[in-house]
Amino acid sequence: MDIEQWLYSLPPRLRSFFHPHQVDQEMKEELREHLEQQIRENIAKGMSPEEARRSAVRTMGGIPQIEQQCRDARGGSVLDDFTQDLRYGLRQLLRSPGFFAVAILCLTLGIGANAAVFSWVEGILFRPYPAVAHQERLFALAGTARGETGAGGLSWPDFQDLRRNCSLCEEAFVSKITGSTLSVGDHAETVRGSIVSANYFAAIGVRPILGRGFEPGEDVGSDSHPVVVISYQLWRDRYKGDPEIVGRMQRFDNVPHTIIGVTPEGFYGTFVGWGMQFWVPASMEETFESGGYKLEDRDARWIEAYVRLKPGVRQSQAQQEISAIAARLETSYPATNRGRSIGIWPLWQTPFNHARTMLPTLEVMVAVVAFVLLIACANVGNLLLVRSFARRHEMSVRLAIGASRVRLVKQLLTEGLILSALGTAGGLLVAYWCRHALVLLLPTRSGVAMYLPGQMDARVMAMSAIVCLLVTLIVGIIPAFRTRHLDLAGPLKADSTGVVGARGRAWMRSGLVVFQVGLSFILLVGAALLLESLEKIRSTSPGFITTSVVTTGVSLVAAGYDVPRAKIFQDELIDRLSALPGVESAAFACVTPLGYATYSSTPIVVDGYQPSLEEQPSVEYNQVGPGYFATLGIPLFSGREFVRTDDENAPLVAIVNRTMATRYWAGEDPVGRRLQVKGRWTRVVGVVADSKYESMREIPRPFFYVPLRQDFERGPALNIRTRQSLSSMRAALVREVRALDANLALYEMITLQEQVNRSTSPQLVAVTLVSILGGLALLLAGVGLYGVMSYAVAQSTRELGLRMALGAGAANLLRLVISRGLRLTAGGVLFGTVAALAVTRLLGQLLYNVSPHDPVVFGLALAVMTTTAIFACLLPAWRASRTDPARVLRD
Amino acid sequence: MSKPSDLVQGTLDMLILKILALGPLNGWAISQRLKQMSSEVLGVSDGSLYPALHKLEHRGWIRAHWKPSENNRRAKFYSLTRLGRKQLEKETANWNRVSAAISGIVQLKEA
Repeated sequence: MDIEQWLYSLPPRLRSFFHPHQVDQEMKEELREHLEQQIRENIAKGMSPEEARRSAVRTMGGIPQIEQQCRDARGGSVLDDFTQDLRYGLRQLLRSPGFFAVAILCLTLGIGANAAVFSWVEGILFRPYPAVAHQERLFALAGTARGETGAGGLSWPDFQDLRRNCSLCEEAFVSKITGSTLSVGDHAETVRGSIVSANYFAAIGVRPILGRGFEPGEDVGSDSHPVVVISYQLWRDRYKGDPEIVGRMQRFDNVPHTIIGVTPEGFYGTFVGWGMQFWVPASMEETFESGGYKLEDRDARWIEAYVRLKPGVRQSQAQQEISAIAARLETSYPATNRGRSIGIWPLWQTPFNHARTMLPTLEVMVAVVAFVLLIACANVGNLLLVRSFARRHEMSVRLAIGASRVRLVKQLLTEGLILSALGTAGGLLVAYWCRHALVLLLPTRSGVAMYLPGQMDARVMAMSAIVCLLVTLIVGIIPAFRTRHLDLAGPLKADSTGVVGARGRAWMRSGLVVFQVGLSFILLVGAALLLESLEKIRSTSPGFITTSVVTTGVSLVAAGYDVPRAKIFQDELIDRLSALPGVESAAFACVTPLGYATYSSTPIVVDGYQPSLEEQPSVEYNQVGPGYFATLGIPLFSGREFVRTDDENAPLVAIVNRTMATRYWAGEDPVGRRLQVKGRWTRVVGVVADSKYESMREIPRPFFYVPLRQDFERGPALNIRTRQSLSSMRAALVREVRALDANLALYEMITLQEQVNRSTSPQLVAVTLVSILGGLALLLAGVGLYGVMSYAVAQSTRELGLRMALGAGAANLLRLVISRGLRLTAGGVLFGTVAALAVTRLLGQLLYNVSPHDPVVFGLALAVMTTTAIFACLLPAWRASRTDPARVLRD
Repeated sequence: MSKPSDLVQGTLDMLILKILALGPLNGWAISQRLKQMSSEVLGVSDGSLYPALHKLEHRGWIRAHWKPSENNRRAKFYSLTRLGRKQLEKETANWNRVSAAISGIVQLKEA
């Protein structure tokens, strides 16, 4: 139809679409008019009125038939066809409710898995901060060091300079996670909060529902503005939604703060992994952060920050400007900023929150759920193929009475649409139920559950709609292939009988099964690889003893201890613990390895080591108490361990790890040599073995330790090496702590092994999810194989009966069917192996000490697949072996 | 189905277009004109006229509007559109070509 024709035909088409009744009435009127004219003419010819009418009707033919023909001639509107197809399709599908239910279930699982992963990707990576304005232009801001990968914090003065000078940034704000013990009445709990710049709430576009946000200048000074904004949840749960809350005093870490505002419901702050409960201005950082007053210290890189770029500004442009600003800072402040720069990352690559830890898992999940969806589609396609064979009579008749092939394909697509639309509706429900499921797989830390919600927003809905359309196409097109083979004589021919061992027409169904088996084989391999690397990670030695060492903490800061009192308390507690039966040793340390807390890092100068011009040697360190290495079982290679006399009055000392000794002293024993830490010369007194510091996957790196007393912190972790069980140790510790001070609260106590396990939780999440979906895929593929084999057996009873009549035993037939099923499986495994060899590399970051081509894993997957295939074929094979030759031959 | 038995498909369309090319008419008048013009040889039943009219209207070749008829009743009058006129020219040319060819064959003398 050309354009002109289309334009000319548009008005009548639109009219019959919008006013179908009027058009119909007019048609009836027109025909009645014609009839009456004829009658008048007949009367004029001399017929009686009675006769005239009869004759007129005869001449014209049946009025209802003509009316119907006129309607046909007008042609149905597009929508008429569609609603007709929809009704017809639904009737067809409901006629076989079993098929209908299985197909919907398959698609619900397939689409649901996709929608759930989309919602996680949206809620964790792309739009992680509900209620925050313009997240698409938000970027994370962090410090980088030349020659080092990864990113660290920024210093407050550097941030202020950047904020003043960045012309492409609309806003720049600080949001540094912290925690606090909160007591309301007699109930105390740990809550998470953020230390923010004063412009925070204005910058993210969140207006408190009660009170106010921070005012400019409230982030200036040292402990000068004890004000706090609390979350809606905290206000509702802990203060019972008190409308007079603003102005009330509340102690945070034992410092009284004035509550000045309550944030709206549905706002959880700006940190992926936890929902924030309170916000304090940066001027209060000393209360919540270790390390003293840092707002004027360019060397204290502690803040986490974000920028929002102006509309239309690309990341690369902004990065260029920010790098230039950092370069100017480097020139102006060489002592602190040499070799330092500042980088920006899109939210989904934020280096300092759980977006980073979840990213590799979610990337893999996107691919995995796509596989599961394809397998589900293949299953439904297979079911439809079987049905289309049963429906070829109906299709042929419709072709014969004039339906075009296009019309038949439209009908099949409509049936596909019904299936996929229902599947999508179910899938969205599944996704909605699963939106908080990720957190179930992650451990709580210090009693605070993680918060990693999925986000079911318009973008997720749109993606699901696209998936729905793709599924419609796939599921509708597969049976449509069959209409090509239809011919009008089809129904006249006798039912063709299949042969179990033959190829022939079943190629498409077999092809789909091979495809399914292949895809689920890939998922099996993936799950097995992840499982093996998790085992490897957990069984790798972190370089310290994990089973008999427990770690916990005492909240001295929250209890208001000053430094001298804290020092006395720590010494007394260690003495008491050491006297307990079963306790071998105990030691405080600033940071527990593999925890969330980060180590301090310092530029160092080493006697006799000449750094290159660009290099600014900078190493992380930990402050540990006497007996720390004995407690954790970290071997001492030379020199000595810290002792009680290494205190604030003694000469400064340090212990380095082996990698550091090798790098900076070229293999010579560094004991007795000098090292400059934070600008002060320190004597190396020992060398210890390397261990894992932040992650089980890290490679050995330089690291050193200083005595806790010489760089004191009030809130360190307590490590105890003990032969007692966790619960009795905890009870003993509570007793000893209470004996010293009845008001002190203890943090959660866990073994170091638990600490190791928690640090590998992203791997655990990946293993769990891929295993669940791999199992689902295996089930779907098994169902697919079962369906094809049952159908093949049902179609070839005549052949089976003949074979039996000719002397084949039940065992022969059993073997015949199973071997046919295994042949399909072998094809699938072959395809799966080739594909898996190509794609398992993508697991990359999630694998640990496991080759993506590990032959053991492939063998295991093969075994599981084969077993499943045999089970899937068993029932059809059994049915085949029960064929009654007499009945078959008689029929 | 009351299809015109020996009327070549499409010929009825052409006849209707030709009749309407002379001026707007209602269904009754068209049927009368058809009978006159073809001397009732073609035997177009009224039953097949109306579906054809509706088809042509939906293709945009003819246009319908309601007008009072001679005996003061409302009647649906059809007229040719510009597109219909073009279609008529095309079909007439086509018809002439085909009928010339056929009559050429039919008039061949047997050897």
